[in-house]
Amino acid sequence: MRLLTHNMLSSNVKGVANGFPLRIQAEKVMEKTVEMNGDFLKKMFEKIDWKALVDASQAMGYTELPEEADSSMLDLDDFLNRFHHALLEIHLEEGALICPETGRRFPVSKGIPNMLLHEDEV
Amino acid sequence: MWYLCVFYHRLLDYRRPEVESLAQLFGAFEDTQNDEVRYQLQWKLPPHHHPDSPFHFVNLPSEQVARNIANRSILVKGMYELWGEGGSYEELKDSVLSYPDERKLPYLDSDSTFKITVDCFGKVISLEEQKGLILGLSYVPFKGRVNLRNPDHNFWLIEVDNYGVNNGLPPIVQKRIFFGREVGGADRKLIPTYQLKSRTYLGPTAMDAEMAFLMANQALATSGKLVFDPFVGTGSILVAAAHFGAMTMGADIDIRVVRDGRGPDCNVWSNFKQYGLPMPVGLLRADNNLPPWRPELKEVFDAIICDPPYGVRAGGRKSGGRKLLKGAVEPYIVPDDKRTDHIPSTAPYSLVECVHDLLDRAAKMLVMRGRLVFFYPVLREDDFTENHFPEHPCFKLISSSEQILSSRYSRVLLTMVKTGPYTDEIAEAARIKHIEFKENHVKWLEDGNLHSAVFSPADAQVTEAGDSKFGKDPKPKYRGKYV
Repeated sequence: MRLLTHNMLSSNVKGVANGFPLRIQAEKVMEKTVEMNGDFLKKMFEKIDWKALVDASQAMGYTELPEEADSSMLDLDDFLNRFHHALLEIHLEEGALICPETGRRFPVSKGIPNMLLHEDEV
Repeated sequence: MWYLCVFYHRLLDYRRPEVESLAQLFGAFEDTQNDEVRYQLQWKLPPHHHPDSPFHFVNLPSEQVARNIANRSILVKGMYELWGEGGSYEELKDSVLSYPDERKLPYLDSDSTFKITVDCFGKVISLEEQKGLILGLSYVPFKGRVNLRNPDHNFWLIEVDNYGVNNGLPPIVQKRIFFGREVGGADRKLIPTYQLKSRTYLGPTAMDAEMAFLMANQALATSGKLVFDPFVGTGSILVAAAHFGAMTMGADIDIRVVRDGRGPDCNVWSNFKQYGLPMPVGLLRADNNLPPWRPELKEVFDAIICDPPYGVRAGGRKSGGRKLLKGAVEPYIVPDDKRTDHIPSTAPYSLVECVHDLLDRAAKMLVMRGRLVFFYPVLREDDFTENHFPEHPCFKLISSSEQILSSRYSRVLLTMVKTGPYTDEIAEAARIKHIEFKENHVKWLEDGNLHSAVFSPADAQVTEAGDSKFGKDPKPKYRGKYV
């Protein structure tokens, strides 16, 4: 699971009001090189919750993202490279996503987060 | 300018929508003066041709657009600048001679190489005859050298005639001959490269490669776009979108399909690796009925492409047990020590609810002008009208293409464009509908599914009526949409 996916997900357990962002419990983190696409990054920047991305990348051991960011920074190659790396190249291979409100654990195994709810959570 | 557009004689209903989608992708509609967005091109047929004919004329703004469309298309065999046409070779000659020299001479000069191909629809022309026909073109002042391998310019002489038998071909009443310069043609290696029998990881409903590429074209998949498939399965649709450079993301409720596959080198990832395509940016296990997207997230996907489980080959599932949704039991409380490995039960997911959810999520999650492309089943007994298709206030249906699957049912590829924002009122209506589906789970399962209609034997009346209809000619000569 890349942090782009993490940034889109929340806990949708019944009754949860603030299921985002999910806390990352990392057991195995991998890095895979991905070709950079500037247009895609610029578009995604508008949709991303920056703070959640910074926190998530730190939980994965990557601390190079600035705490604050605005769209003017997208013209800087250095920033774009870091954003690209954090968003698409760091993978959570094994671990879990934890609901911030209930502590419900959504396991991530072989890079696939399992977001399906149990019967009593629907 | 008008171009001759020659199609492969396949998937007839899909041909014009594909060209129109690609025209959109390559900017053919950008000259529009007012804000009204166009999705349709101007088309013409050769005289006396049936709409199912492979020969069409299409009006496109430039040769570059025509070339781009033809080169990316699945169903366009070639796009040609027509130099002449006629009902006989004499008429063709007059027509070619009267075509302006300034259009012809740049392609005939002595520095260039060329090739002439003779083609015929519905018959094979022997090499000897072909040679005669090519020599008959001596009135065209070709100055360049012939190069059969890699010519600068490709010329085509194409003949269609009423050969007496129309074995599956559209009725032709009059001979027609076309001569033109090829502007672009489909990549014939694409489908053989991606055909399913070469695919490592397959499921029972993997989308056939040709159709997957058509869907990706309808969705305008291209570099820099994010394409989502909520019923990803083995990833067969996303493979086509990734081929065109799109970033892909998929979800499925069946974790064995998305996570495990059939081993380390036989899973969704390996299907992308096999063709050297970039991996999906995200794969997850999620329920289309209760998607785990954060509530503030919207307008993030450029296209949603899918083949929803409509209950004939594979049934849909959603969260919540069968008995639970019938109200027969209270929800099972999972003991804390069993939470990690608990396998939640799922319930059947009726087609109507599935499509309702799909349209509602897509309306929220697609960017404006983003496209929703999906298959929808129709029973062929019904009088086929557009009213049968699902609707949503945010979407405009721009094309529907039927593929007949059996004598009982068809599937229709629907292409919708998001034309309106997802408002709070729409969200509220969807929430009420969601509860309605949940409370009347059993009723919707009975009314909203297709399986029994397709598999139950036709009742006596239909059989009697059918005798007269199908008995006489079990294999009609002209197959139309069957091809």
